[in-house]
Amino acid sequence: MGLNFEQYEVGEFFDEMWTAPRKVRPHYQQLLTRFGETPAEELERKYQLASETFLNQGITFTVYSDNQGTERIMPFDPLPRIIPTAEWEHIERGLIQRITALNLFLKDIYHEQRIVKEGVVPEEVVKSARHFRPEMVGYDVPKDVYIHICGSDLIRDRDGRYLVLEDNGRCPSGVSYVLENREVMKRVFPKLFARNKVRPVGHYGQELLNLLRYVAPRNCRTPNEPTVVLLTPGIYNSAYFEHSFLARSMGIEIVVGGDLIVKDDVVYMKTTKGLKRVDVIYRRMDDDFLDPKVFRADSLLGVPGLVSAYRAGNVNLANAIGTGIADDKVMYYFVPKMVKFYLGEDPILPNVPTYLSMFEKDRKYMLENISQLVIKSANESGGYGMLIGPHATKEQHEQFRQAILVDPRNYIGQPVVSLSRSPSFCDGSFEGRHIDLRPYILYGERITIIPGGLTRVALRKGSLVVNSSQGGGSKDTWVVDED
Amino acid sequence: MLSRVADTLYWLGRYIERAENNARILDVNLQVTLDSDESAPDAELYAWQPILATLEDVKVFKSVYEAINGDTVCDFVTFEKNNPNSIWSCVAAARENARTVREYISSEMWERINSLYLWLKSEPSRDLVGSAGIDFYRHVVDQCHQFHGTTDQTLMHADGWDFLQVGKFIERGDSASRILDLKYHILLPQEEEVGGTVDIVQWQAVLRSCSALEAYRKFYTGPVTPWSVAEFVILNDRFPRSIRFSVDALDTAIHRISGCDRAHYSNEAERLSGRLCAELTYVTTAEIFRTGMHEYLDAIQTRLNEIGNAMHRQYCEWMEPAPVSQSQSQG
Repeated sequence: MGLNFEQYEVGEFFDEMWTAPRKVRPHYQQLLTRFGETPAEELERKYQLASETFLNQGITFTVYSDNQGTERIMPFDPLPRIIPTAEWEHIERGLIQRITALNLFLKDIYHEQRIVKEGVVPEEVVKSARHFRPEMVGYDVPKDVYIHICGSDLIRDRDGRYLVLEDNGRCPSGVSYVLENREVMKRVFPKLFARNKVRPVGHYGQELLNLLRYVAPRNCRTPNEPTVVLLTPGIYNSAYFEHSFLARSMGIEIVVGGDLIVKDDVVYMKTTKGLKRVDVIYRRMDDDFLDPKVFRADSLLGVPGLVSAYRAGNVNLANAIGTGIADDKVMYYFVPKMVKFYLGEDPILPNVPTYLSMFEKDRKYMLENISQLVIKSANESGGYGMLIGPHATKEQHEQFRQAILVDPRNYIGQPVVSLSRSPSFCDGSFEGRHIDLRPYILYGERITIIPGGLTRVALRKGSLVVNSSQGGGSKDTWVVDED
Repeated sequence: MLSRVADTLYWLGRYIERAENNARILDVNLQVTLDSDESAPDAELYAWQPILATLEDVKVFKSVYEAINGDTVCDFVTFEKNNPNSIWSCVAAARENARTVREYISSEMWERINSLYLWLKSEPSRDLVGSAGIDFYRHVVDQCHQFHGTTDQTLMHADGWDFLQVGKFIERGDSASRILDLKYHILLPQEEEVGGTVDIVQWQAVLRSCSALEAYRKFYTGPVTPWSVAEFVILNDRFPRSIRFSVDALDTAIHRISGCDRAHYSNEAERLSGRLCAELTYVTTAEIFRTGMHEYLDAIQTRLNEIGNAMHRQYCEWMEPAPVSQSQSQG
């Protein structure tokens, strides 16, 4: 007998596959037929095969809090998420608009600060932002691009509207799972692809390399053939697999800080044939660790003198230093205003309604309604430093109330958005689990977004936290062209 | 290529080779002990102590185990995490090195190492070592061969490949000399005579530990003599696990990296390997026995080690000192 969805509960959420019990959305029809023909044991077997493939290929991430065998695979859900073309085009337009505005904002904030002078963003928000980098003031980055690689998190509300939850403009990770999930799906469910027109994602590495070569620094000696490297904190970093994966898919060297040396403001890598000049660094470490001479002096991961070489126009970094100010959770509140201010347009993708505790009225509302709200600290990520009001205890509410009062600049509040759900394979049958979507945006000569992105699944029943560090998994994401 | 990557590949080659050689030594010793008279007093001690002496691991062993017998020595050389040269440690270190240079090596190479590592960690492998040790060690050897085959067929035969070869052949030459030296540590039981049954079994075991018995029989028609075994394992120029063959392959790889012609040299590593190569080509077994086989083999280990150090100075000098686990070597 094939798997069926007779027992599937659609629930009080927006379900990606179903409009109501037994009423499938048209773009899932083919998939339903196919999975309906698949016996549960076969699906279980394919599911195991997929997990083994991930393990054998070492597609793993590291969990810091876990002292046991620290490498884990990201749980993989075999039922793909499908986004119809029209919906995807809407998302694409919205993301292009947003990253354009964010880049204009960064250029402005490190030069004239028009947006502050004209009263759109309060000066104190900029001044108190932890990721504002005075070193960047007045420095012209190559091609005016600050955020080259962006991974914005999107969620859908009860009506299925796409909302931006956050903009990750520093070192967004996860794109390797997009590509590997697709590869594994093709190996395990080859027949599914033959019947659906799924837009490919495999060109990401090439697009990324084109982008990195495009932003070669001013003083590059070989502008047609710049030397690009990927800088990683090393194999103990939780995203090391991805760093290595991306370097491989671009055919570039992956380096650690110790492989690089700065002489007379020029960056070189140490090779068996002597020193070789480096032009562009795709760095996968935070600003804080890049250069012990400028940022954290105790950083052993970085390269002394790198910032000076950067400012001298001898090397470029992607993303630029100081982009953290744009993905600060407080600054997030102002992004729709930036879109209006720089582009004169209304935002295509709205924010989740947000309260800032620095505003007295909002603070009062947050303190009174804390049990209904999600409270986030401005500079944490990965699901840490966060309170989900309805799921928290009275003590936790009080703890966050105090924290807000002590440091009002550092917190935001949002209503609980009941993320959309998608059927996910749990213990031999399909159950609804909450998901989000992280598309990857590349800003080079033009802005490109690989179709789909990473769909993360909160595999714990009822959980709204999709982060891999908190028990989240992922599924392949298809943008499907309709006939 | 990056100096760090070159160094990592060198160690990757060494660790895989070391894991393989250790597996082979245990495999052969298990077989030999099955043939021997176990009722004799201290039979197990005599059978297994030489393994520890050969691997120069006696000190570490004594910190972990009390008695020397088949179980403890096998466990120590196979799974003991405190033994940096155990098969487990070698495979784990090889995998760690491979992970660091995954963008350089092929995915197929990575998957071979990773699956060996995952297998060693698994229940079935522990069960196998207990129930059929010989099969277990053959599987390890087999996996290492697969790794080399995969490497030859999927990795660019460029500098990185050569650094892997350098590591592999330094380790192989070193290991062959240790296995031969193993015989030096084996004391014949008192009533046995040189050239007697036990003596021949032991010399055959030496050959089998180098996978050399079949090749040897094709080459020498007469009985197994110490003289001819030493000649075969040290000086044969066609047998891929002999010392001379290893040093020759090593010298070729080292010269390919710089592009310098063989029999010439452009750096210290090439000079040292070229010299060792020439000596192994022209030395006679009579001279070796005159020097004393143990002394001769000991000198070879020292010189292989010097070549490895010279390579590091030549190509990886930029580096910070390597982490302790990596600078661990048997030399």
